[in-house]
Amino acid sequence: MRQDIDHRKQFTRRALFLAGGQVVLVSGLVGRLYYLQVVEADTYRMLADDNRINMRLLPPLRGRIADRFGEGIAVNRQTYQLVLVSEQTESVADTLDHIAALIDLSENDIRWVLKETSRRSDFVPVTVREGLSWSEVTRIEVNLPELPGVLIEEGQSRFYPYGELVAHVTGYVGAVSEAELMASDPLLELPGFRTGKNGVEKIFETELRGNAGTRQVEVNAFGRVIREIARQDAATGEDLTLTIDMGLQGFAARTLGEEAGSVVVMDLLNGDVLALVSSPAFDPNAFNQGLTSEAWQALLNDPKAPLINKAIAGQYPPGSTFKMIVAMAALEMGLMTTEDTVYCPGHYTLGNHTFHCWRRWGHGDVGMIEALKQSCDVYFYDVAHQVGVDKIAEMAERFGFGAVTDIELTGERAGLVPTKAWKEAVLGEAWLGGETLNVAIGQGHMLSTPMQLAVMAARIGNGASKVMPRIARSTMRPDVPFFETLDIAPEILAVVREGMVAVVNDPVGGTAYRARIEDEGMEMAGKTGTAQVRRITTADREANRELEDIPWVERDHALFVAYAPLHAPRYACAVVIEHGGSGSGVAAPVARDVLREAQRRQSVRWPHEDTNRLPGQEV
Amino acid sequence: MVAWGGRFGPDGLSLTEKLGAMSWGLLALLLLTAGMGFAMLYSAAGGELRPWALAQMIRFALGLALLLSIALIDISRIHRFAYVIYVLALVLLIAVEVKGSIGMGAQRWIEISLPGFHFQLQPSEIMKIALVLAMARYFHGLNAEQTRKWTSLIVPCLLIGVPTALVMRQPDLGTAVMIVAGGVTLMFLAGVALRWFVGGALVTLGSLPVAWSLLHEYQKQRVLTFWDPASDPLGAGYHITQSKIALGSGGLFGKGFLEGTQSHLSFLPEKQTDFIFTMLAEELGMVGALLLITLYLLIIAYGFGVALRSSSQFGRLLALGVVATFSLYVFINIAMVTGLIPVVGVPLPLISYGGTVMITLMVGFGLLANVNVHRDMPIARGSG
Repeated sequence: MRQDIDHRKQFTRRALFLAGGQVVLVSGLVGRLYYLQVVEADTYRMLADDNRINMRLLPPLRGRIADRFGEGIAVNRQTYQLVLVSEQTESVADTLDHIAALIDLSENDIRWVLKETSRRSDFVPVTVREGLSWSEVTRIEVNLPELPGVLIEEGQSRFYPYGELVAHVTGYVGAVSEAELMASDPLLELPGFRTGKNGVEKIFETELRGNAGTRQVEVNAFGRVIREIARQDAATGEDLTLTIDMGLQGFAARTLGEEAGSVVVMDLLNGDVLALVSSPAFDPNAFNQGLTSEAWQALLNDPKAPLINKAIAGQYPPGSTFKMIVAMAALEMGLMTTEDTVYCPGHYTLGNHTFHCWRRWGHGDVGMIEALKQSCDVYFYDVAHQVGVDKIAEMAERFGFGAVTDIELTGERAGLVPTKAWKEAVLGEAWLGGETLNVAIGQGHMLSTPMQLAVMAARIGNGASKVMPRIARSTMRPDVPFFETLDIAPEILAVVREGMVAVVNDPVGGTAYRARIEDEGMEMAGKTGTAQVRRITTADREANRELEDIPWVERDHALFVAYAPLHAPRYACAVVIEHGGSGSGVAAPVARDVLREAQRRQSVRWPHEDTNRLPGQEV
Repeated sequence: MVAWGGRFGPDGLSLTEKLGAMSWGLLALLLLTAGMGFAMLYSAAGGELRPWALAQMIRFALGLALLLSIALIDISRIHRFAYVIYVLALVLLIAVEVKGSIGMGAQRWIEISLPGFHFQLQPSEIMKIALVLAMARYFHGLNAEQTRKWTSLIVPCLLIGVPTALVMRQPDLGTAVMIVAGGVTLMFLAGVALRWFVGGALVTLGSLPVAWSLLHEYQKQRVLTFWDPASDPLGAGYHITQSKIALGSGGLFGKGFLEGTQSHLSFLPEKQTDFIFTMLAEELGMVGALLLITLYLLIIAYGFGVALRSSSQFGRLLALGVVATFSLYVFINIAMVTGLIPVVGVPLPLISYGGTVMITLMVGFGLLANVNVHRDMPIARGSG
């Protein structure tokens, strides 16, 4: 019994020891709870919110691009897509069959949807088909009661109602590139987001894009959205108004037709580009939807280069359209007067080289006006030889050659105005006298873009300012342009203008007389140009081949620059038709039609914009 | 010695006397604690009685009936059948083992289908109580001097070792740890010489590398990710990390009943079973967690009281054995969900959803109540 009592006492001791141990353990647990729930509570509250709150971006609506009258040329179109939430449907396969009976659905689509629905959580909507037409939408809507889990989702996508007509101006939108992703705008990571890839869509990307909205949603561990907590709507991008007149643009494109080339029409007072056509073009809508690789390859490999904006990226020898520059350089230097004549026997000899005039039997004695009118090469060989290439280059640069115009478009090129220093630096060779003669007729190293040619015509027509072209006239840019002064004597300008008037309006020997504008008060002044693509050999000269006998890529480029109307110049135009043959025969009629249309449309435009005239400029 | 007749045995206590001595305080504490559990299961189901809360209530009611019946049984009869119960539990444990090795894969339970009631019986849970019974009976048969002899270690070590080995094979690390810890606590309470515990601790430390090599890959993974849960935030460390976030974000007063974001948005795994404490602490805060811990402590204290007042070694060991097992559940589970020890899969007693654990615990508390009712009853030392 005594032993039992001892045994019991021992038990009590050990039990109390055990209890003590448990008190220590409980203290540990309570301490741990205190640490987690009081000391670190804020940290964990933040982590819990991180867990449950997801930030979703709301894409902004892209700014609209309109022509000068507000006509939409890049707009947003409502799109409809069919999505399927598999948890709300009994059998995905049956529902798909039902859908296929109502709208077009390929075997491939069905297989893809079946794969996606099995791969993803069943509450994630899977896109069955995009780009539903309105009639397809209504067919689905009517049958929705029999289509559980089927939803029509609305979206917005870029749409170019004019298709390829202004494609080179607007450019297009496409999927975000790797390089753009570096810019770390989280919007760009949204699936299906589009950014401007070309033209004004690219230049004004930041303004057009707008700002993302946000939506805070509570999600569970599987990513299912439970509810919306907060929402800030997206800010639509700024709208952009262009200087383009879609009526004129369409007219110019139709006039140019199937030819590869470009037409630029400018308001020579304020630089507004009214029409800018580059042909052939492409459909910008195709880029938005995603181009097949075959279609892309076809565009790339097309010898007529539809992806290139020829009006600003095409570089051509200006040919005879350059002769005004040579004439003005000579007049400014005082080397020639209008009275001085040069005898043209059809060729010109420098050292042991012979340079031909386009007219084999020559023009006889010609003065400056006559030389411009008939485009006599020998006259300009002789003048250029006296002036020298560097003085010609100086004058060319004053009229916009050799530098980009900084028009708000992508891919513009600068052309080339050769000088002695240029040749020394780039080719490492001394300038040869014969090369100056080539430059005199706009050949040789001389290169220009149609935009530069239009600028030259605009400056000749304007006479006072170094007009610069512009294509955007929205709130983004001030509407009153500032131009540097042209700084050329009026008497000098009067001479070349007289020559250009004669080219078109002199029935005797005017190279473009047949392309004159006969409407009273709308007459134009211009200059033809025919740019050789390849060197003309003696054999060619002997053969005297017809145009049809020459392969297309070897034919001459046809050029024409002009301004109108004669007495109160307002519009400048440049037409370049690749491998079109002669400037007078092919390019001049296009310029005539377009300039006449530009003037006819003046009454449409003027109510809006008489303010565009510059002070001191007679209209 | 004991006749089979007489409904409540020859112990001289009438039914009225037994009911009068019944541990009503214990029952009240159990009801309060389980009530908190029902509320949490109701919340876990998003404010629904189904699928968990209602089933748990039925089990608790069943357990309560079982508790009362067991409390009324003559304690000497329980003493007599202690080994039989242990052997039955062992047989069940072997049955699961055999069934598992026959090709059903690792299984810890036996499906039991009664009319209108279906549950999975986990023999390892039963073993926790059966071991307490067997150990209590064994040490009851020894006096203090015999207890101190090294020979008296052989049987307890076997009683502990055999089921531990079987449970480890299942493999169920948490239960194995609990069986060993419960058994060793009983040996300590019974009066085994302290030097054996010191020696045992040294041997355990020395054999840790061997034990490590015997662990299954996933068990090793759990232990490893415990040390650095961030190393595998979406894998094995996910549970610990999310549990800590839920606890911590609950703060002092919690997010409110039914308002736990971690649990209701499914970031918290196993919220109705092993991680229910986390959910409670997220919704009710540290205040709620402390309330539950207080209830647990009161139950434990009650058990200590019963044990210390019992006149027989069997009663004392049985009572504290049940209490020790119960507190092991509490400590291991809370330490586990607060990230103090690796995740071993031990439920929170009376709160976690689960049939066998609830029944096992109620049987255990029945035994505790039994000791209370029969605290002055002497029990013969022999096997009868």
